[in-house]
Amino acid sequence: MAEPILSVRNLSTTFSVRQPGLFAAPLALKAVSDVSFDLGAGETLGIVGESGCGKSTLGRSILRLVEPTAGQVLWQGRDLAAFSPAEMRRARRDLSIIFQDPIASLNPRMTVGDIIAEPLRVAEPDLSKKDRRARVERVMAEVGLVPDMINRYPHEFSGGQAQRIGIARAVVTEPKLIVCDEPVSALDVSIQAQIVALLDDLKTRRGLTLLFISHDLSVVRLVSDRILVLYLGRVVETGPRRDVFERPAHPYTRALLSAAPVPDPAASRSRRRVMLAGDPPSPINPPSGCAFRTRCPIAEDICAKVPPPLAEVAPGHAGACHFAGEEARRRLDAVAAAGERSAA
Amino acid sequence: MTSASSSAPLLELTGYSIRFATPDGEVQAVSGLDLTLAEGETLAIVGESGSGKSQCFNGMFGLLARNGRTEGQARLAGADLLALSPKALDAVRGRDMAMVFQDPMTALNPALKIKRQLSETLEVHQGLSRREAEAKSLAMLKRVGIPEAERRMNQYPHELSGGMRQRVVIAMALLCRPKLIVADEPTTALDVTIQAQILELFRELGQEMRTALVLITHDLGVVAGVADRVAVMYAGRIVEEAGVDALFDAPAHPYAAALLASIPRIDRDGGSVEAIPGRPPNLIHPPSGCPFHPRCRFADERCVAERPPLEPVAREGHAIDAGRRVACWHPFAAARAGSAAAAPTPEAVLHG
Repeated sequence: MAEPILSVRNLSTTFSVRQPGLFAAPLALKAVSDVSFDLGAGETLGIVGESGCGKSTLGRSILRLVEPTAGQVLWQGRDLAAFSPAEMRRARRDLSIIFQDPIASLNPRMTVGDIIAEPLRVAEPDLSKKDRRARVERVMAEVGLVPDMINRYPHEFSGGQAQRIGIARAVVTEPKLIVCDEPVSALDVSIQAQIVALLDDLKTRRGLTLLFISHDLSVVRLVSDRILVLYLGRVVETGPRRDVFERPAHPYTRALLSAAPVPDPAASRSRRRVMLAGDPPSPINPPSGCAFRTRCPIAEDICAKVPPPLAEVAPGHAGACHFAGEEARRRLDAVAAAGERSAA
Repeated sequence: MTSASSSAPLLELTGYSIRFATPDGEVQAVSGLDLTLAEGETLAIVGESGSGKSQCFNGMFGLLARNGRTEGQARLAGADLLALSPKALDAVRGRDMAMVFQDPMTALNPALKIKRQLSETLEVHQGLSRREAEAKSLAMLKRVGIPEAERRMNQYPHELSGGMRQRVVIAMALLCRPKLIVADEPTTALDVTIQAQILELFRELGQEMRTALVLITHDLGVVAGVADRVAVMYAGRIVEEAGVDALFDAPAHPYAAALLASIPRIDRDGGSVEAIPGRPPNLIHPPSGCPFHPRCRFADERCVAERPPLEPVAREGHAIDAGRRVACWHPFAAARAGSAAAAPTPEAVLHG
């Protein structure tokens, strides 16, 4: 990778959770725990994991919409926390976000034009009213909205169109990086494909860098160059898209992939599954050692004692498992084969 | 279980329609559906928001909003559900047919312990004593894979995880050994590893109890993994009905083909998706002819003028598949045009 545009170093975000009772001490919930990665300009990083894994908090912590408790976010080589207010305003133009719920993230009392213009008022306060309107109309056309709709209100739009408004608002300041937080999860599949196409088109045309957060592994495989898998706030695997999907290094990634439904009846009957028992543990009281060990089909004694570091299994591809890579695959295959024998 | 002969379908919808009166006009949510389901069969109903896939079964269960009304017939083991009095329908619901919703909290009373939620069904429908009902409930909780079932019996719904709650709802649905379970997006709100557990449970139960299952879903991956047969709905009508392998192998209706081409594939690298242009139609003023024609790339004058009937069609070089019905004047046009990727629309995305 050339010089990274974004570097995240040992980022942690801890929330304090109040307990019932007047004198009860609040509990610490570590939503993001010691996350590091680099992102090159023009790259798309897919961040995947189940609910509560910290993927949205990670995205928000990077943009400082949530204040991280430790670690650094380096934007174009400089720590965002050290930016002066003026520099931060400038950086806010470069860093943008698209939310999951397209309707709920739009103010129902503002017209579409005002919603899209809002970031411009802050980022470019000197822009004349006429120029601002021209910018809004141009960006509306770019995302596939008819500029005649500029005076309408969000409730008059379908989910897909509302997400186009959210995207227009995100790109109007001409950002370099956009955090896309489940941008298509609330949409019907046919509309989802339209929005994925739009994001892809914008990315190519504007040379955008994307952090694509999603629980949907199929969408992530379609749009990402590299993948980051989170479990209980920790990075369990990271690597190039193809490597992660075809040779998952971590048992959790393998389980996630094999749990995802495949739209192919013959393949879904014949494929070998790694089923996980139970639910993810609470991030307030995570298991000792490896956080995944309580659900891991191949956990050993060492997993309860020693937290596994991210170990590289191939260039740029790493898994946080004591058996990362070939060894984990071999052991999981053995467990799955034993399961099939006992089922037969 | 049923007095009807084995060849008679368990569920038979005939000319089944649902309309809602609204200030803007009458919404034709479901239009003239004909559909059958055999005992022990798993049928997936696929469609996008507004296709009528949920309303169709809400109507059968007497769960429509007050401005909705049903027409036609919906026979369960011979008895027309639409002709039953509310009291008679109450006796059928829970005993002969049960529903599992997307959000388990809509089916669970937050103020009742799990054991009360479950055993009440048995006390009402089977006249069991509380003690007998609780013993049966516990056994069912264990059957659906709830760990520490004894402890869970004394908990309230909010103390359980989402996946566990959905298992409780499934246990509740199964308690009276109904002939039919309708599951409306039962795994949509769940994480993928939990979804896999619940779908596996449905597969096992289908084999073990011979309960017929209607699975209403938007997720074609879920369909591929669970269903025997699939009905694809669009604008309140079935546009294609086929065996699951036949449908995924070669969808005959352009909408079914477009839907399959629009989903990203987890099992392929460098894949593409093809968006379906436009939006689902307004059901107050549905399009003339075929409801999909405004979005269909194979549509011609006939599609605008005449509505195609749902009937078996022949595919070149194949025998007629008796299990497949299609409502299209140009069936298999998408298959003839080659794979979706061969003719990308302006909105197609490609990745390498």
